[in-house]
Amino acid sequence: MFGPLISKAITARKNKTGSWRSGEKPKFLQKNCIACKMCLLICPEGCITGEAKNTYICDYDYCKGCGNCAAICPKKDIEMIKEE
Amino acid sequence: MREFLEGSRAVAEAVRMCKPGVISAYPITPQTHIVEELASMAARGSLNAQCVNVESEHSAASVVLGASAAGVRSFTATSSQGLLLMAEVVFCIAGMRFPVVMTCANRAISAPINIWNDHQDAITVRDSGWIQIHAETIQEAMDMHILAYRIAESPKIMLPVMVNMDGFILTHGLETVDVPTDEQVEKFLPSYKPLYKLDVDNPISLGLLADPDYYMETRFAINETHKDVLKLIPMVNDEFSKVFGRTCGGLVEEYKTKDAEKVIVAMGSVCGTIKDVIDQMRAKGKKVGLLRIVSYRPFPIAAIYQALKDVPKVAVLEKAVSLGSYGPLLAEVRSVFCGKKKAPAISGFVIGLGGRDITVDSIKEVYKKLTTKEITEEYIDLKPELLEESI
Repeated sequence: MFGPLISKAITARKNKTGSWRSGEKPKFLQKNCIACKMCLLICPEGCITGEAKNTYICDYDYCKGCGNCAAICPKKDIEMIKEE
Repeated sequence: MREFLEGSRAVAEAVRMCKPGVISAYPITPQTHIVEELASMAARGSLNAQCVNVESEHSAASVVLGASAAGVRSFTATSSQGLLLMAEVVFCIAGMRFPVVMTCANRAISAPINIWNDHQDAITVRDSGWIQIHAETIQEAMDMHILAYRIAESPKIMLPVMVNMDGFILTHGLETVDVPTDEQVEKFLPSYKPLYKLDVDNPISLGLLADPDYYMETRFAINETHKDVLKLIPMVNDEFSKVFGRTCGGLVEEYKTKDAEKVIVAMGSVCGTIKDVIDQMRAKGKKVGLLRIVSYRPFPIAAIYQALKDVPKVAVLEKAVSLGSYGPLLAEVRSVFCGKKKAPAISGFVIGLGGRDITVDSIKEVYKKLTTKEITEEYIDLKPELLEESI
């Protein structure tokens, strides 16, 4: 008998860790975005995606609400809003 | 072939025949000769293994854990403080279910520093999940390593095995041993086929985080596997005797217990002395016997119950203590009879701590002390005058 011993690779994505978020979450306004990718690069969860201007968005299933994206955005195009 | 060998050299010879791919250890008395001999075998080319030099026992245990994770048969040896420094990794090896085999040359624990034999080191990590077997003779210590790999690597078991041999008494003593041939070992021990291993083409994660939703099942699984080991050891032992022509201990050994009125329960090399005393006392008509516990983990509860249930007086003789409570072996042997209708009077004696000599007279004294009154914790050959010394 072995019990839960081995995990196959890339199974951590099954854990929707966005539930750990408390308080605030980022809102991507998509108005003044210049596609500098600063938010995407600084996100510790790697859960921000986007290519062209005003297309950036984050995956709330994994976002922890740290606010780094909002803090680094040079155009103030991301704001932290209250969690509903 | 019969050879006159030092215990450590005999063990090294047995390990060489098991063909481990990685050996890592840190020198500590009285274990050193084993790995020293294996290193020189590797240097001479008679052993095709990678010997990894490390800076501590913690690293030695980590190296064999890693090697085993990569699917390689691996070996280490240690003693006393070394085992304690390994302790963290010792639990990890069992928890990750790697069939590592380790020799523990049993030695006392500091402080005060003491390099001589008792069982405190192995007993201290008894709850780690390792299978722990205790050798009585050099022959048995040698054979047990071959048996250990066979049990550890059984596909349904996958647990590490610690082969315990008494420091100096067995590691540095010399004995005529029947050295098996490479062909015999090859026949008994097939090459290691890991059920799982670290492989870049087939990535898996081992030893990862298990939150409260998962952790308990890992412990339960090891405990259940130990029950399987209890069934497996006698079977593998039978196969062993078919190939090598001698047994390798089994779970327990009963020596003249059938009609005995007084039986000592003990582990390790002291059982040789006890058997001599039994022969002497039997010649005078005294009905005495010995129950040697070979497998300490898993603890053979049913076998102990069967062997002792009709014996009126039992003495548990142990070379370890659980300071602040009963001796560990005493507590466990007594627990076998908890709630049972047939129970012997079980007394507990501590003997030979830190290598204090255990003589024929010490053993005779234990038999003499066995009356109908249970003794809970008595130290044999204690020197009261040392306790009166002031600071």
